[in-house]
Amino acid sequence: MKTRSLVAGLALALLTSTAAHAGDVRIMWYSDGVEGEVMKDLVGRFMKENPGISVILDNVAYSVIKEQLPVQLEAGNGPDIARVTAIKELSKHWLDLRPLVKDAKYWDDNFGSQADWMRPDGSNQISGFMTQITLTGGYANKTLFDQAGVPIPGPKATWEDWAAASKKVQESQQVPFAMAIDRSGHRITAPLLSYGANYVGSDGKPAPLDKGAKDYLTKFVGWADDGTVSKDVWVSAAGSTYRAAADDFINGQLAFYYSGSWQVANLATKIGNNFDWVAVGSPCGPAACTGMPGGAALVAVKYTKNQEDVATVMDWFAQEKIVKEFSERTLFLPGHKAVVDKGGLDFKSDNEQAKAALNVFVESTKTTSEAALKLPGWRWSDTVYAAIVTRIGQTLAGELKIDDAFTRIDADIAQKVKDAGK
Amino acid sequence: MPLAPFDLPLKGGDRLGALSRLHMPSHFGGGETTKFDGNGGEDTTMTTPSLSAILMAPINAIMRIIDAPLRRLQKATGIGGMAAFFLAPNMLIFGIFVLLPLVINFVYSMTGGTAFFLSERDFIGGAQYSRLFECQNYLDPMSCQEDAFWTAVGNTFWFVVLQVSLMILTALITALILNRELAARSFWRAVFFFPVLLSPVVVGLIWKWILQRQGLLNFGLYQFGMDPYTWLTDRSWTFAATIGVSLWAHMGFYALIILAGLQAIPKDLYEAAEMDGTKPARVFWRITLPLLAPNLLVVVVLALIKSVQVFDEIYVLTGGGPGTSTLFLTQYIYETGFASALRNPGLAAAASILMGGVLVVLTLIQLGIGKRGENKGKR
Amino acid sequence: MGKVARFILRRKGGKGWHWTDVFTWVWLVGGLIIMFGPAVWLVFSSLKTPAALAEFPPSILPYVTSQATVEGYDKPLMLYDAKMPDGSTRVLAEVRRIGLVAQMVDPKAPGEIFKVNINDRAPVRTMSFATENYTEPFVHFDFLRYLWNSVFVTVVATVITLVVNSMAAFALSKYEFKGRSLAMLVILATLMVPLSVIMVPLYSIISTLGLFNSLWGVILPTVATPTGVFILRQYMLTIPDELIDAARMDKASEWQIYWRIVLPLTAPALAVLAIFSVVWRWNDFLWPLIVLSRRELYTLQVGLSIYSGELNVQWHFILAMTVVTMIPVVLVFIFLQRFITTGIAGTGLK
Repeated sequence: MKTRSLVAGLALALLTSTAAHAGDVRIMWYSDGVEGEVMKDLVGRFMKENPGISVILDNVAYSVIKEQLPVQLEAGNGPDIARVTAIKELSKHWLDLRPLVKDAKYWDDNFGSQADWMRPDGSNQISGFMTQITLTGGYANKTLFDQAGVPIPGPKATWEDWAAASKKVQESQQVPFAMAIDRSGHRITAPLLSYGANYVGSDGKPAPLDKGAKDYLTKFVGWADDGTVSKDVWVSAAGSTYRAAADDFINGQLAFYYSGSWQVANLATKIGNNFDWVAVGSPCGPAACTGMPGGAALVAVKYTKNQEDVATVMDWFAQEKIVKEFSERTLFLPGHKAVVDKGGLDFKSDNEQAKAALNVFVESTKTTSEAALKLPGWRWSDTVYAAIVTRIGQTLAGELKIDDAFTRIDADIAQKVKDAGK
Repeated sequence: MPLAPFDLPLKGGDRLGALSRLHMPSHFGGGETTKFDGNGGEDTTMTTPSLSAILMAPINAIMRIIDAPLRRLQKATGIGGMAAFFLAPNMLIFGIFVLLPLVINFVYSMTGGTAFFLSERDFIGGAQYSRLFECQNYLDPMSCQEDAFWTAVGNTFWFVVLQVSLMILTALITALILNRELAARSFWRAVFFFPVLLSPVVVGLIWKWILQRQGLLNFGLYQFGMDPYTWLTDRSWTFAATIGVSLWAHMGFYALIILAGLQAIPKDLYEAAEMDGTKPARVFWRITLPLLAPNLLVVVVLALIKSVQVFDEIYVLTGGGPGTSTLFLTQYIYETGFASALRNPGLAAAASILMGGVLVVLTLIQLGIGKRGENKGKR
Repeated sequence: MGKVARFILRRKGGKGWHWTDVFTWVWLVGGLIIMFGPAVWLVFSSLKTPAALAEFPPSILPYVTSQATVEGYDKPLMLYDAKMPDGSTRVLAEVRRIGLVAQMVDPKAPGEIFKVNINDRAPVRTMSFATENYTEPFVHFDFLRYLWNSVFVTVVATVITLVVNSMAAFALSKYEFKGRSLAMLVILATLMVPLSVIMVPLYSIISTLGLFNSLWGVILPTVATPTGVFILRQYMLTIPDELIDAARMDKASEWQIYWRIVLPLTAPALAVLAIFSVVWRWNDFLWPLIVLSRRELYTLQVGLSIYSGELNVQWHFILAMTVVTMIPVVLVFIFLQRFITTGIAGTGLK
């Protein structure tokens, strides 16, 4: 048995001889659609232009980024670069690229507005850049609306207008659902902000749910009870698990679907030519007509052994033409100011509706409220999202009354703040 | 596929000859009386001795090499010491990779804070435990501070009670049926064992696709003129589904263990009963069940331990929903310790220690009952 | 045919149906449908396109809308059964759909354009197997490398499991020593600790031992299985002690006794444990996921999970690759399954 393990060990050593030498940069990447292939292609081009640096793209499931990566980072391990969504929460692990990149001003100009989303409070470091900005917004099944003879509400329409219109469409066309929102605290924050909710207390810590939040949530639960809003997707999991209502929309069983810009590619592929669909921006509330921004960022990790090479890679991918190409091929919204301002993105899709939808989203980014823009940079956002989603999910399942839910949400958040201590 | 026996460096072929006339229990080579012949040579029943000898030769050689130092070890420690040597690798691995984390977990449960690693956490004694137990009414999860924990406890309790009893029942029936004079027995065995081969994620996925609103089950009902129903958004039906899916995935495993136990019951007992004209029901209760009892105990212990820890397939199937109606303990621990943004690893560690404690108590009780039954049954 | 009928209808009482026969029949057929049915459906679903997967009502067999090339149009057009104003139904090809009205032409005589309301047409469906679900992942990722890693982990882990567990079972069955019951209780206790509960401490240990990102880190913690020790121990208990005493009298060392007497006699139980070990290691997901973050080390199950993104899960690939990863396990099972009953037979005693 000893000889056997020796031989096996040798074989393994040979197999894994790609273990770290200098000049190696590992990127931990997850994909929602075709980003993996696009990145592979771009990485290949980078390596042709920079023969001394070997970039290895490790494709992983999203759950690895969400659950394993934080543990790895705490242990001082992890990749050199990662595509991450919880950028604020893990901000203490990101490398400060400011002294390492070629032109810090370029970074400040083009990525400055989201820089706070990925650095610790009060710091000035450059941690990375957004691979895409996502924006929440609604989709309507135009064919259903046309068949029902109901006009699609205009850009200033409120949530109540949409509820009423979708309900009419539902009754006329006999589809199972009028409206649906993804099971996500981030998603439902958009209407909450439109109703004037403010999560952030005066001390920077979470404040208890205010009138704006309670108003919308009460309405939301009411709509779920009377069948306007689909319960299915919120009730289908426990805790803060994410669930999307996309399938119902794709099947033409939903009149109005509130999700976000990342769905465009998915919808285009799966709906095909079955019916007409349009992106409609975010419905209005008494306070604003805003969506919630979000997205994933490509960040450099502090524990890398290869800081200069990492900076070279980041600089290359942050170039305007590369960002533009990435966005056009993946059908994602770019997070690069110059690219957005210049406009004229030529999204690589055959689907006219997809292109139109993406342009609607690009336009909507201009009406995002201040509060919405600040939230991703606030360290307690994820906590608040998780608490809301968990408790409202239980309310919709009939386990909690709405007032108890509010108390519980405040308690959950307060407990988490307390646990974090300092 | 028995391994070819090798030359035994024994003197005195006579003793081996005497050994060879020992009656071996029937499950060794199906009635053959020997594998060793007096010359310490090859198994006479092998048809291609040269091929297997060639395959085994290098391993043979390695074993001979290992034998020399081990003989010396044996001289030093005696036969009893060799027991420790044989046990060592297993216990070492258990120790490092299971027991040590368990101990760390225990220490973890007495700490607070948000850091992952033990050295950065603060010691707070039993505060996590007292937080778990802070309840006005233990039967009403909503009156507790950690309502999710008590909901999970309640759900797990009902799941275990229902699933284990149904599992034993269906596994027993299946084993009894498979024990009959069926044609193509291997095929039927494979049919019932097949789901055990699937990974839990696949199991959860398949059933989710069948039970979801746009799933196969509803489609079937629709064809038969019945109304489709949203099974997975109904709390009771979803709970029933978790039990059903869990049964589907594991029943074959336990059925096979019981089947083996059934096949070990000597056939002459049944023949004698048949000659006496005993009714099949009486045969079952008086012959089959008592002789099967030890085997059944093993099955019950295993089934209970596994069902308290249920997680993977349910997580994929329902995610704990609707609401929290299928939230079980392991998922609670996983989410509180790891996955949720509201994570609290110390609390999760405390919950896991409690779960482990309950399991230990349950198992000891069962083993105790089993031992008593054994003593009673001894004639 | 008569033989087959007799084969199927063999009954307990020779003639006449005993209620146990009916029950047996029902149970077996029901079992076949319930156990195999979903797997068959899995295979068919893996051959569907993503759009077909999302549709309701779902079809068991993979269907897509038929297409035909029509003169004068570059791309193939979809075919529909369209209801004409006079009530008859014709097969027409759709040129484009504008709002509620579809413009359609007769594929054979493409001159005239018919305007048909979208509610008056139904797609013509044919069976189509989306085999690209199986081929594309091979292109996207390093399937062969993952396959090699999975095979390596499974084979090595199984071999080590068999050796280590049989050694422990031998010690626990054939030796009397003070700590025996304690050792058995400890082993039983390890059954009660699910992985998800000890994940973080285990991660620290792996990291400290330097086994992070190594296939050995995947293999070593999994080789000491309590179930394995119990199965083997039960079987070894039935080996007559006289055999071992006689060998001892002949100055065989304990190692020789283990290797040359006990192990060959335990072969059926070893086969059983081998099957279980192969199934467990092949399907292991959470543990390799924790230990491996370098893609050249991924096992198949971990590699598959890359299709689960944050916001979209690419089911068609996951289903297809699930079927592929199922195949080796099924093959191993078919090959070794005759040993299962002979193997577990010994463990049922005592």
